[in-house]
Amino acid sequence: MDKLQLLMVLALALFALGLLGVVIRRNLLVMLMCMELMLNAANLSLVTLARQTDTTAGAVLVFLVFVVAAAEIAIAIPIVLLLVRRRHTLDADAYADLKG
Amino acid sequence: MEALLQQFDTLLLYVFAALSLAGAIAMLVLQHPMRVALALVATMIWLGAIYGLVGVHFIAAFQILIYVSAVMVFIVFVIMLLDVRDLSFTQRFSRMLVPGAVAAIVFFLVLARAFWRTVDAPLTTTTAGFGIAEFAADFLQTYWLQFEVTSVLLVAAVVAAIAVVKADQRDHG
Repeated sequence: MDKLQLLMVLALALFALGLLGVVIRRNLLVMLMCMELMLNAANLSLVTLARQTDTTAGAVLVFLVFVVAAAEIAIAIPIVLLLVRRRHTLDADAYADLKG
Repeated sequence: MEALLQQFDTLLLYVFAALSLAGAIAMLVLQHPMRVALALVATMIWLGAIYGLVGVHFIAAFQILIYVSAVMVFIVFVIMLLDVRDLSFTQRFSRMLVPGAVAAIVFFLVLARAFWRTVDAPLTTTTAGFGIAEFAADFLQTYWLQFEVTSVLLVAAVVAAIAVVKADQRDHG
């Protein structure tokens, strides 16, 4: 296995693990952190392919993902705070109202 | 000597990859959110090490500066702020554990197969790659519009965060 394959398989594995974490964990904050892991996995694949093709487009996209991650956290954390203040729990099962 | 260094680089890459994978698995297994946050910090630092190793040093620096220092410190603060003891602390997995795990494995295999069928060229590490000078010139000349749009996104995010807080204050009188 050469370096490109190793890094891409690592990126895919990290993305799958992050997705798994969002699905199986109950704690809202842990689910948020698993989303961050998925963004990191996408970044790893972008960096690997930017290095592979020797173009700066991938690196530019990585910086945009940094900004998106910061914006996501800036919105998600107040929403979590709001939810916790209303129901006094971090358990995702307590917020199943939207399921219908 | 040169070949030996190359081999040492490859060995380090395998070590960092294994460590970041171990950090990601620890995130799923550990119970307390603070430990999950520390596992995520470790994963991000090892990913930064990988970025440095493949030659994009400025992204490695920003990975540490933005992700580990800004985003994760924010999350750690919130974890300390919200010391809520509920069911999610004693029972870490939801009832989707088995179907979720099966779906994640299938998802990984499908992506890996698609990748294997499309990409077969080895990673070029013999070239020097691009440094921050080329990156900065490209960033602000070719991609200036995207750069400006991100500032709109950040303003929108800040306004949204304030709106959420205001909505909460209104509801609680």
